[in-house]
Amino acid sequence: MKVVVIGNGMVGYKCCEKLIARSASSPLELVVFGEEPRPAYDRVHLTSWFDGKTANDLLLAPLSWYTDNGIRLHLGDPVMQIDRTHKTVTSYKGITEQYDYLVIATGSAAFVPPVPGMDKKGVFIYRTIEDLEMMKAYAPQASCGAVIGGGLLGLEAAKALLDLGISNTHVIEFSPRLMPRQIDEQGSAILQHKLHQLGLKILTGKNTREVMGDEAVTGLQFADDTILPADIVVVSAGIKPRDELARACGLATGPRGGIIVNEQLQTSDPYIYAVGECALHNNMIYGLVAPGYEMAEVAVSHMCSDHKAFTGFDMSTKLKLIGVDVASFGDPFPAPDTCHSIVFEDKYKGTYKRINITPDGQFLLGGILIGDAAAYNLLLQTARNKMVLPANPEELLLGSRGTADNGAGVTALPDEAMICSCENVSKGAICQAVTDGHETLDDVKKCTKAGTCCGGCTPMVKDLITASMKAQGKYIRNVVCEHFAYSRQEMLDLIKLKSLRSFDEVLDHYGSGEGCEVCKPVVASILASLWNDMILDKGNDTAQDSNDRYLANIQKGGTYSVVPRIPGGEITPEKLIVIGEIATKYNLYTKITGGQRIDLFGAHLSDLPDIWEELIAAGFESGHAYGKALRTVKSCVGSTWCRFGLHDSVSFAIQIEERYRGLRAPHKIKSAVSGCIRECAEAQSKDFGIIATEKGWNLYVCGNGGSKPQHAQLLAADLDSDTCIRYIDRFLMFYIKTADPLTRTATWLNKLDGGMDYLRNVVVNDSLGIAEQLEAAMQLLVDNYKCEWREVVENPELRKRFSHFVNAPADKDPTVKFETMRAQKKAAEWK
Amino acid sequence: MSTTHTTTGTWFFACKTTDVPTNGGVCVKYNDEQIALFFFARRNEWYATQNLCPHRRQMALSRGMTGTVQDEPKVACPFHKKTFSLKDGRCLSDEHECSLTTYPVKIVDDRVYINVAEIPVMAEV
Ligand code: SRM
Ligand SMILES: Cc1cc2nc3c(=O)[nH]c(=O)nc-3n(C[C@H](O)[C@H](O)[C@H](O)COP(=O)(O)OP(=O)(O)OC[C@H]3O[C@@H](n4cnc5c(N)ncnc54)[C@H](O)[C@@H]3O)c2cc1C
Ligand code: SF4
Ligand code: FES
Repeated sequence: MKVVVIGNGMVGYKCCEKLIARSASSPLELVVFGEEPRPAYDRVHLTSWFDGKTANDLLLAPLSWYTDNGIRLHLGDPVMQIDRTHKTVTSYKGITEQYDYLVIATGSAAFVPPVPGMDKKGVFIYRTIEDLEMMKAYAPQASCGAVIGGGLLGLEAAKALLDLGISNTHVIEFSPRLMPRQIDEQGSAILQHKLHQLGLKILTGKNTREVMGDEAVTGLQFADDTILPADIVVVSAGIKPRDELARACGLATGPRGGIIVNEQLQTSDPYIYAVGECALHNNMIYGLVAPGYEMAEVAVSHMCSDHKAFTGFDMSTKLKLIGVDVASFGDPFPAPDTCHSIVFEDKYKGTYKRINITPDGQFLLGGILIGDAAAYNLLLQTARNKMVLPANPEELLLGSRGTADNGAGVTALPDEAMICSCENVSKGAICQAVTDGHETLDDVKKCTKAGTCCGGCTPMVKDLITASMKAQGKYIRNVVCEHFAYSRQEMLDLIKLKSLRSFDEVLDHYGSGEGCEVCKPVVASILASLWNDMILDKGNDTAQDSNDRYLANIQKGGTYSVVPRIPGGEITPEKLIVIGEIATKYNLYTKITGGQRIDLFGAHLSDLPDIWEELIAAGFESGHAYGKALRTVKSCVGSTWCRFGLHDSVSFAIQIEERYRGLRAPHKIKSAVSGCIRECAEAQSKDFGIIATEKGWNLYVCGNGGSKPQHAQLLAADLDSDTCIRYIDRFLMFYIKTADPLTRTATWLNKLDGGMDYLRNVVVNDSLGIAEQLEAAMQLLVDNYKCEWREVVENPELRKRFSHFVNAPADKDPTVKFETMRAQKKAAEWK
Repeated sequence: MSTTHTTTGTWFFACKTTDVPTNGGVCVKYNDEQIALFFFARRNEWYATQNLCPHRRQMALSRGMTGTVQDEPKVACPFHKKTFSLKDGRCLSDEHECSLTTYPVKIVDDRVYINVAEIPVMAEV
């Protein structure tokens, strides 16, 4: 059998894959023509090209895959003609190939509305990697963007413009709401509001009349005579099936385009199939990849005399649009008399959920989820599998993930339930893979292909892996190291239960061997987080990580740094002078840190107690720069001086820094307080950050700078100072109790089942009923706080530990060497 | 500094047992050399190695954290956490790293002695 495929897009590629899979039983000759210069790539994730994915990363299969499977692939060579009588196709470069079966998978083109001026420079469409390359090349000269079309693709294009640095971007939608095919008016309002917060401007009900400008675009003029300045425009007003070849050879096409196909995807010529976005089935063009893949499966099986039928496909989708979840499944808006809808809206959090159920309340027909689509997979499966609804169907919307019955949802699904609709993988297949020993997500993906396309089903695949492993009596443990067969959280609970106070006691009770550099700091940190005893006491000194053991950061060459606490970054001139004097006396390099304080580098171990003695006498205390502990609470100047300041951010930062100073945690914790939304203290990059509002403080949590930056998310808004502190107490204690070792808050949140909603429930709504306990645990630590450097300075036994030679305490390490640079010293370069 | 001569080399007095923190280390000066001395209290075992970490040539091993792997005593350098066996000095975390020189240790009453027969002349650091 010889098959020719026209088009090497997503669906054309899927046809090849399916044909190859079946070629073992019957010999196959496969020829593919592609118009684009590269092999098929993942168009669905096109926008990720802007966050660093390369064209190569996006390929569905490398060129070698085609060669290895004997496929003759002609790239950059579109088919120009089909000769149905002789069953041949001829390409642009003049190649003619004969076929037994022909598959047309030419996809679609962007629909460009017939508006004058669309051909001006700076007007782009958004469909291929070449389109992106052209946009990127043009973007540096542009500053205001407009996207014509507020559907799924338009919003993707808007994200692309934001990614290109064009922060002033408008989306223009002709209809009164966004994504008119997928969501209803109320949902659109919430989505608009959320996108607005993210900096995207939305204009609905706008009809573009003209693209303005001489050679290059300068703006858009609308039918209502208003004008929007724009120097880069992306048109994304819909798709137009590429049926030109089919039309030219006399195949039946629809009045508004599309190659007419039957349930086997045959066109009006039984030897020619059409699949993907160019095919018109039952008056419908499917602009999504999952139905296209299903079409590929049906067409290929039909060619191989297997009988499957394509009977339509629902247009369910789940997307993350510029960070906002949007999902629509089944029938999102049936006629009001055929269903009954339950709607849940939370304007404050920006979530909207609607489900449509049959009038007898038995079955789910479809629905819409905006802002939080965690329930999507389960709802989709419930609708698809016609599962009978619970007595109170609203639980489907309100029951949150992360609660005790988490995972019960997937267990209830029938084995045939389609989990990955892109790749057609059922629940049964996934569970089988797990039983066969594929116990990690990667393994299951590799072996079943589930989750390899749009990735939307990944959370469900994970739940299924866990559920199947549990069903087999397996339990995945996350233990600290060879000396302790417990997770950090279990250790914390056990240590607390037995009131253990030293590493040795903990090892006696729960461990084996001598411990190591992994478990010692973990236990030391837990002990500090539980009791806040002096960390060098009770034999715990040698269980501390090296920096904690000497209460200073070790530097290149073996000297140490000294970082006194400067709460909120506020410091008197007198204290600045003391720092200067001490630095001069001990010959220390000084630098303002990124955390609004001063670091003194290059101190000999044996000088540390003397330096600190002088600092403490001048009113300083330890800054814990060496600990997995609270570091700095940065502040902006705030309302005391700043003309925009709403509240006194410095005072609040100092209050917070003094409350949590010395607090030890699984990793370091940073904070900041800004006096208004201009955010000069960068609070949204901190583990917890506070921003003044007209009515109080907004509390953000789980932000991170460092190697993997992540913005903090709003936990609660408009809090008074006391409530804000209470929430921080709960948040920090909950983090301390549950995080894995060396996990910053951002990473912890990313791994937390149920995510931010769950965390908010615990902290704000006290869903676990532990708020009081968390606050009390924090208060204990606050009450037990002592400056550990003061304790060392005042304790001769502890002081003794700060010498380089045990048998020559007065001698400094003679191997320490410095060099000079810009009138200060620096550590000698190491080899 | 008092030293004792034996047939196999020189045992020198390093410090009192109470000068060494339980389950930790100290640095001992011997002429121009630096020796890291470790005390494993649970098994009442003492070990001594060069103080210089061969990785970046830092005088730091005495400040490292001690522990065991499969019962073998080891120390982790505070700089980049390379770990070394205290039994034979080989690097446990990186087979290409140089080994440490180790020294015999003996305790007489509450005094710690280190045998320096094999102290090599250290290259300049
Ligand atoms: C001194 C300072 C750089 C400076 O001269 O400005 C600094 C110096 C060090 N940083 Fe930092 N960081 C300093 C601000 C920051 C900041 C900026 C900030 O806090 O506003 C960040 C990014 C923000 C964040 O953490 O979210 C930062 C992200 C890191 C990271 C990466 C953390 C992450 O989650 O990815 C590390 C590595 C780690 O902690 O594991 C690190 C580790 C280090 C260490 C401790 C590395 C080490 O173990 O030797 C450096 C020791 C300095 C020393 O010897 O005293 N430092 N470091 C800053 C001290 C601030 C302070 O006053 O305490
Ligand atoms: C930005 C963007 C985001 C999207 N997001 C989603 C999403 O989140 N979820 C979803 O389900 N879908 C999404 N889609 C839609 C999805 O990409 C398409 O449904 C899918 O690519 C359709 O596959 P296809 O093979 O039919 O068409 P295409 O992938 O367009 O492939 C058709 C190929 O045929 C080539 N061709 C045309 N004519 C000829 C000829 N004469 N000779 C040779 N080759 C020819 C074309 O150049 C093209 O390479 C998105 C699309 C875009 C552009
Ligand atoms: S960025 Fe790297 S080099 Fe600079 S201080 Fe932080 S850890 Fe050290
Ligand atoms: S200097 Fe010791 S591990 Fe790098």
